[in-house]
Amino acid sequence: MSKIIEGLYYSESHEYVKVEGNIGFIGISDYAQHELGDVVYVDMPEVDDEVSAGEEFGAVESVKAASDLISPVSGTVVEINEALEDEPGLVNKDSYENWIIKVELSDESELEKLMNAEAYKAFIGE
Amino acid sequence: MNNVYYGKLIFELSKEGRRGYTLPKNELAQYNIEDLPAHLMREQAPALPEVDELTVVRHYTNMSNNNFGVDTGFYPLGSCTMKYNPKINEEMSSLPAFTGLHPLQDVSTVQGALEVYYNLQTSLAEISGLSEFTLNPYAGAHGELTGLMVMKSYHMSRNDDKRTKVIIPDSAHGTNPASAAVCGFDIVVVKSRPDGTVDVEDLRPLLDDSIAGMMMTNPNTLGIFEHNIAEIAELVHEAGGLMYYDGANLNPMLGMCRPGDLGFDIMHINLHKTFSTPHGGGGPGDGPVGVREGLEQFLPCPRVVLDENYELKIEFNDESLGSVSGFLGNFGVIMRAYSYILTLGKENLRMVGPLATLNANYVKESLKDCYELPIEGVCKHEFVFDGLKDKSTGVTTLDVAKRLLDYGYHAPTIYFPLLFHQALMIEPTENESKETLDGFIEVMRKIATEASENPELVKGAPHNTPVRRLDDTLAALKPVVTYAELAQAE
Amino acid sequence: MTYKYFPHTDEDIRTMLDKCGLKSLEDLYQDIPQELFLHRDYELPSEMSEVEVRKMFKEIGEENAQLSCFIGAGVYDHYSPAVISAILSRSEFLTSYTPYQAEISQGTLQYIFEYQSMMAQLTGMEVSNASMYDGTTATAEAMMMAVANAKKRNKVLISDTVNPIVTRVVETYAKFHGVVIEHIAAEGGVTSKADFEAKVSQGDVAGVIVAAPNFYGIIEDYTGWADICHDNKTMFIMNCNASALGAIKSPGEWGADVAVGDGQSLGIPMNFGGPYVGFLCTSKKLIRKMPGRIVGATKDLDGKRTFVLTLQAREQHIRREKATSNICSNQSLMALYVTVYMSLMGNQGLKEVNALSYSNAHYLADRLVETGKFELAFPDKPFLHEFAVKYHGNIDELQKEMLSYGIQFGLKLDDETLLLCATETLNADEIDEAVCYCESIVNA
Repeated sequence: MSKIIEGLYYSESHEYVKVEGNIGFIGISDYAQHELGDVVYVDMPEVDDEVSAGEEFGAVESVKAASDLISPVSGTVVEINEALEDEPGLVNKDSYENWIIKVELSDESELEKLMNAEAYKAFIGE
Repeated sequence: MNNVYYGKLIFELSKEGRRGYTLPKNELAQYNIEDLPAHLMREQAPALPEVDELTVVRHYTNMSNNNFGVDTGFYPLGSCTMKYNPKINEEMSSLPAFTGLHPLQDVSTVQGALEVYYNLQTSLAEISGLSEFTLNPYAGAHGELTGLMVMKSYHMSRNDDKRTKVIIPDSAHGTNPASAAVCGFDIVVVKSRPDGTVDVEDLRPLLDDSIAGMMMTNPNTLGIFEHNIAEIAELVHEAGGLMYYDGANLNPMLGMCRPGDLGFDIMHINLHKTFSTPHGGGGPGDGPVGVREGLEQFLPCPRVVLDENYELKIEFNDESLGSVSGFLGNFGVIMRAYSYILTLGKENLRMVGPLATLNANYVKESLKDCYELPIEGVCKHEFVFDGLKDKSTGVTTLDVAKRLLDYGYHAPTIYFPLLFHQALMIEPTENESKETLDGFIEVMRKIATEASENPELVKGAPHNTPVRRLDDTLAALKPVVTYAELAQAE
Repeated sequence: MTYKYFPHTDEDIRTMLDKCGLKSLEDLYQDIPQELFLHRDYELPSEMSEVEVRKMFKEIGEENAQLSCFIGAGVYDHYSPAVISAILSRSEFLTSYTPYQAEISQGTLQYIFEYQSMMAQLTGMEVSNASMYDGTTATAEAMMMAVANAKKRNKVLISDTVNPIVTRVVETYAKFHGVVIEHIAAEGGVTSKADFEAKVSQGDVAGVIVAAPNFYGIIEDYTGWADICHDNKTMFIMNCNASALGAIKSPGEWGADVAVGDGQSLGIPMNFGGPYVGFLCTSKKLIRKMPGRIVGATKDLDGKRTFVLTLQAREQHIRREKATSNICSNQSLMALYVTVYMSLMGNQGLKEVNALSYSNAHYLADRLVETGKFELAFPDKPFLHEFAVKYHGNIDELQKEMLSYGIQFGLKLDDETLLLCATETLNADEIDEAVCYCESIVNA
């Protein structure tokens, strides 16, 4: 049973957005980290890079798999989680605590197209 | 191969002042390299080992003892066609009359080498039912890329520049889409039916004037012949696309069918699979590319052609896609493949496909009661099990593979194709005897029994190899890829 | 009737078909429509015995000529120690495949690790991949790596002093991959720094490719080039002659981001163009952008230091069309070749090879100039073991006459220029002899 947190927005490619003000914390869901296995590398964009909803902004790699990170929202990267550079396994420990990038949202209406916790739960069939 | 781990690195055997070479005395020492401007010269010497000759010989000999090759034992690695590498081919490829040739020396002095190249070209054309071949690509993936370049050149020559997509079945090897991407194509995936063959109904709507062509492996990666191939080729051709044949699985076709007769326009062959040249631990191979009449002019340069005086020439032509290699491919590999074809001759070449196919079906039929066979019916040279039939033990395909190593067999290909979760892909080649196959079958059955009776034994395998299971995660998490890094870490 | 490579007796075939519920070998192909079969024999020769095969290759081999080698142009006739072919013929190495099953492939994995370590040392870079097809394709891969890394740039500059054979392959890959290649002009045999600066400062260049030594054998001065590239967020790529790196400044010392080239000069026979081995080395921070296989150190369950293929999530079998490259193998056996070579030669051996080649080439150059019929094409430029000369006469005729003496006398670059090379496999007598023949031809 994967952990799903109420109040977050989820995408079909298993990223989540946690919104605080106009800042979105983007990471991968607990379900996604479990499917991937031991994460050995997180490829992240640079601060000030632009991301767009539905477009790739990096990748998460395990030993035998790799998954592109698709941004659920558009905006400007204001921070990346540098802790993941040294310890990518943090994503496995708690993928919600260990977000990947922080984005200043340029279009908050995009959030409406994402799933809430309940819908995401149904989406992954749990 | 032995099971005592050697494990030393040559750097660890180094002692300052030792040497493993002799060179002539410099009779012209008045011409001194130190006269070159100092700022253009190396400041820090490379930290290479300093070892005597016997130490080098023993080091690599001991290392080789921790390796498993086709000469060691049965190597049923699916999709890799690990056939026997005849020794005569090695002898022929090391003849000084060929190995000493500089690729740019005058064409009149390399007529023998060109003859080998040309004859292999024409032999492959006959075997594949296509018109012309280049032997320049260095490997299967390189052949794919070259073949796709031919495809693109063809459309460009017709000013048909909207054809930007290539169709690839979802069962295809990852190299197909990767090669298409390197060639600048977008990829369209066509679905497989439950039996693993291309779903023609899924294909139809994908075909329009943006399609450059379709890549197929036939038999496909499940070892199943695409029996709708004629219809598929017709549909793709009607839409203006070209058919690309990935020669990864050509072996069972030898003597029976030719890709050119199946409607394919472009193909590559892996000389290191179908034509028995040794895999060499990963290379060198060679990936000749053949084309249907009307596409020859796009093949990469240099080309070997026969002129009107029956002399062989090395040619560069303007319509060509360009060059994908420095010279004429991996010539040493070409020598081996030609020796193989001459040795077998037409009588034995035609037996390769049927015997490889017989071996695969025999193993399949002998094991399908204890391993899950997802697709019934005759396979070609290889087939896929979806793990053990009894899934309750928790023993995975990886465990079965590792346990095989304990019994002195190389493992089959595992977790490919991706259509099944526990894929175990077995390819015995035509060179294996019934006794060898029976031995393998017995061990596979024994492992199935072990999985039920003592699953921990299988999950902990291998037990009788030089080293035990390796920590892949550690390697990827903190990559240590040179001795300098390793020495620092230790 | 069995055949030496097919152990199947008639009885074996019958028993095995029985097991499959089939009657004949043709039944194995019952799923294939009849009209798709080849209903005839191949039009190929009949089988040959080993006696006949040997005779045939001997006869064909006689149509080749073994020449004294005064030509380089990317392929060099260097000394190859006898140990190497003995090691390479060990079938545990020769007949294995890519080391997927690490527990029974430590031999392959260890020598690749040694190869990576040695190539990193030789190029002065931090990391190396497990090897590539050859120097031309390795350079093309570096070009694609630069473009992938730069994300939004698709232009790469290549110097006109890079071997045109390499440039031709880079341009072919670029054309299909959608990369724009621009040339940096050559002046007096070296890359124009002014042209380089003007082009790279446009800010749209993903990578710059230069050569060391260059096509004309000249050791160019790249002081400050890496900084200029980095100021413009451009990758500095150096295509190098591997053997020469035992003497000349390494890509690492020049500040390069990627070092590529052919390892053939590390003792691999010329073999009419292949197989050789391409190398590609870079910095640790770019390791995941690197194409090709990589071997890394790890531990097994018992804690033993072991080696394994790693960072595979970059590769085609996992990432498919998003892989760093379509390459799915390495040139493993040839990597072993250069690994054993470097083990035997060490730093000292490589230095001596370069010193001997330098002496021979400079002696040859002096002797030719003394004849009065030749002059150095780029007289003020430092060269290692290869150089261009202007010839006051007909080059075609000269080369043809030299062939009759069993000498491949250089590569014709244009009607008046010849590219010559001398390595440690020549000696003063052979050079004297060649110059003598030259004089007799010139004066005839």
